[in-house]
Amino acid sequence: MPPAVVLVTGVSRWLGGALAAELARDRAVERVIGVDTVPPSPEVLRRLGRTEFVRADIRNPLIGKVIATASVDTVVHMNISSTPAGSGGRGPMKELNVIGTMQLLAACQRAASVRRFVLKSSSAVYGASSRDPAVFTEAMQARRVPSGGFARDSLDIEGYVRSFARRRPDVGVAALRFTNFIGPRIDSVLTHFLRMPLVPTALGYDARVQLLHEDDALAVLTRATTGDFAGTVNVGGEGTLLLSQVIRRLGRLQVPLPSPALGSLGRVTHRFGYVDYSPEQMRFLNFGRVVDTTVLREEFGYTPRYTTEQALADYASTLTPVIPPEVVAGVTTRAQDLVARVGSAAGAVGERLWPAPPTPGLRAVRDA
Amino acid sequence: MPEARVIPLRPDDDEPRVPPPSSASWEEQVAGGLEFLRRRLTGDYDTDEFGFDADLTDHVLLPLLRPLFSRWFRVETHGVENVPDTGGGLVVANHSGTVPLDAMMATVALHDDHPAQRRLRLLGADLVFDLPVIGSLSRKLGSTLACNEDAERLLTGGELVGVFPEGFKGIGKPFRERYTLQRFGRGGFVSAALRTGAPIIPCAIVGAEETYPMIGNAKTLARLLGLPYFPVTPTFPALGPLGLVPLPSKWLIAFGEPIETASYGPAAAEDPMLVFNLTDQVRETIQQSLYELLLQRRSVFS
Repeated sequence: MPPAVVLVTGVSRWLGGALAAELARDRAVERVIGVDTVPPSPEVLRRLGRTEFVRADIRNPLIGKVIATASVDTVVHMNISSTPAGSGGRGPMKELNVIGTMQLLAACQRAASVRRFVLKSSSAVYGASSRDPAVFTEAMQARRVPSGGFARDSLDIEGYVRSFARRRPDVGVAALRFTNFIGPRIDSVLTHFLRMPLVPTALGYDARVQLLHEDDALAVLTRATTGDFAGTVNVGGEGTLLLSQVIRRLGRLQVPLPSPALGSLGRVTHRFGYVDYSPEQMRFLNFGRVVDTTVLREEFGYTPRYTTEQALADYASTLTPVIPPEVVAGVTTRAQDLVARVGSAAGAVGERLWPAPPTPGLRAVRDA
Repeated sequence: MPEARVIPLRPDDDEPRVPPPSSASWEEQVAGGLEFLRRRLTGDYDTDEFGFDADLTDHVLLPLLRPLFSRWFRVETHGVENVPDTGGGLVVANHSGTVPLDAMMATVALHDDHPAQRRLRLLGADLVFDLPVIGSLSRKLGSTLACNEDAERLLTGGELVGVFPEGFKGIGKPFRERYTLQRFGRGGFVSAALRTGAPIIPCAIVGAEETYPMIGNAKTLARLLGLPYFPVTPTFPALGPLGLVPLPSKWLIAFGEPIETASYGPAAAEDPMLVFNLTDQVRETIQQSLYELLLQRRSVFS
């Protein structure tokens, strides 16, 4: 049974807006209510269609009134910030993530109309360390529990959502653990990071990166909202790349720096709101993280259309490379031609100087 | 008197004589190198979920190890027919020599001397992956963290997994204890094999013990550096960097007959007695095979 009234939080961000727009296009859905603290940009607003926008803060009990009066039956919680830069510092970010989620869940618990809750979580809950298994399944937990930042927030949020699910067993709860998003339109930590022409990385480390294309992210969210999957699922594209490989494929220049230097660089860039090198982000850039997506394909019933490689290629098409691959290919082809010509010239000279010994045989006898 | 046999000198006389194909000419090698450089610069190669970089391994790391394998240690490989051509398998070997050269040489042996050019996916200690450069290089060479999740994932994927159950106890043991196997961990490798039904292939490596004979252990220094041991060999640290050159001992690597585990079923991994017995069986086999190889070897350096 498709949902009648859907409430989407965080609708002013790209993914939230895209989901609301997608749901608004679906005639089976009666009403779509988008909630955010900031109004969506005119461009997002145009796409939202018949979505009703409510400017509300989920940290405020007012959200309960919105849910009750509209008798919302499906809540999609996406108002989770992954960078302090996006929400005005680590303090407000934590408040939005943790207190916001608690308020929203409190409101949902009171509202009898709610029968489905979808959480946009992150694979950051698995942490990132050298002691991790290479591939995480949903049943595994972080070997080193993240101590702060977005990963800690995600863990707390999942914890609250689990207790909500216990208290309201009649509500179907789906927690989607997304890997890093990438794509031409989406804004994420990684897209910011990779847009820099010179990409600083930690010297001596190379992370394994698994990406998810924005279209697949949208499709999974839509399916989770309208479907009836309950439980936790990892969402990521097929295959992985190394961070160094990602940087090379995008034609960026990798600048490996010793980790302490990277930390102080992070504080400088962070001050300018540019790129976040928080300790947690650093650990991810050192070790990376890969998740197993068997549950996604077999139980949830969705196979991402883009592999990690294809998703990256699609993102690369929007970027002007610093070192274009065609140039590299041109140079190496020319060098190869040159080597081949030198080789044949040297061979000819060699032939002239030291002629090959006459082939032994019976030809003379036969000719006679 | 038997008739003299007519040996055709050049049976196909009208065909132009083709010189025997030499190994790739220098131009081809340079061209291959340039193509490799292009792939590396543009990121046009594949890596797997464990971080294994086959392109780098085949074109840089293995060629670097090969001279050490064939010239320096003159490794002789025995019993490669015991290693299956396809499908998963768990190669269990003794660990020695202060520096894990034995792991590298076993990798080269299985790649170069096995008809199916099998890749050995090594399981390494936590410490390896904590270290910068070494950690990321090990992943690129195909290693991953020694944990049951990774071992089982590799074995289910049909990979050949290499494990050294002695761990640091084996590789960091004093020279006077050479070729005596240490305790075999907690038998985690056996339960991984049982759960996936992969055969266990015991492997004995002779020669690694003499590469860096450890006559002392600077324990305080090791604790300061956060290492499990700090080796003192006759040449290191006395001769400085020269002490890092391994002694050219003669190596023998022997793969024993596979121990089949599939018939026990995956549930057998929960039976500690069976796991202990299998662990002991593997350990005994390797120890026996080590003694046999030592008898075969004429002297340490020839």
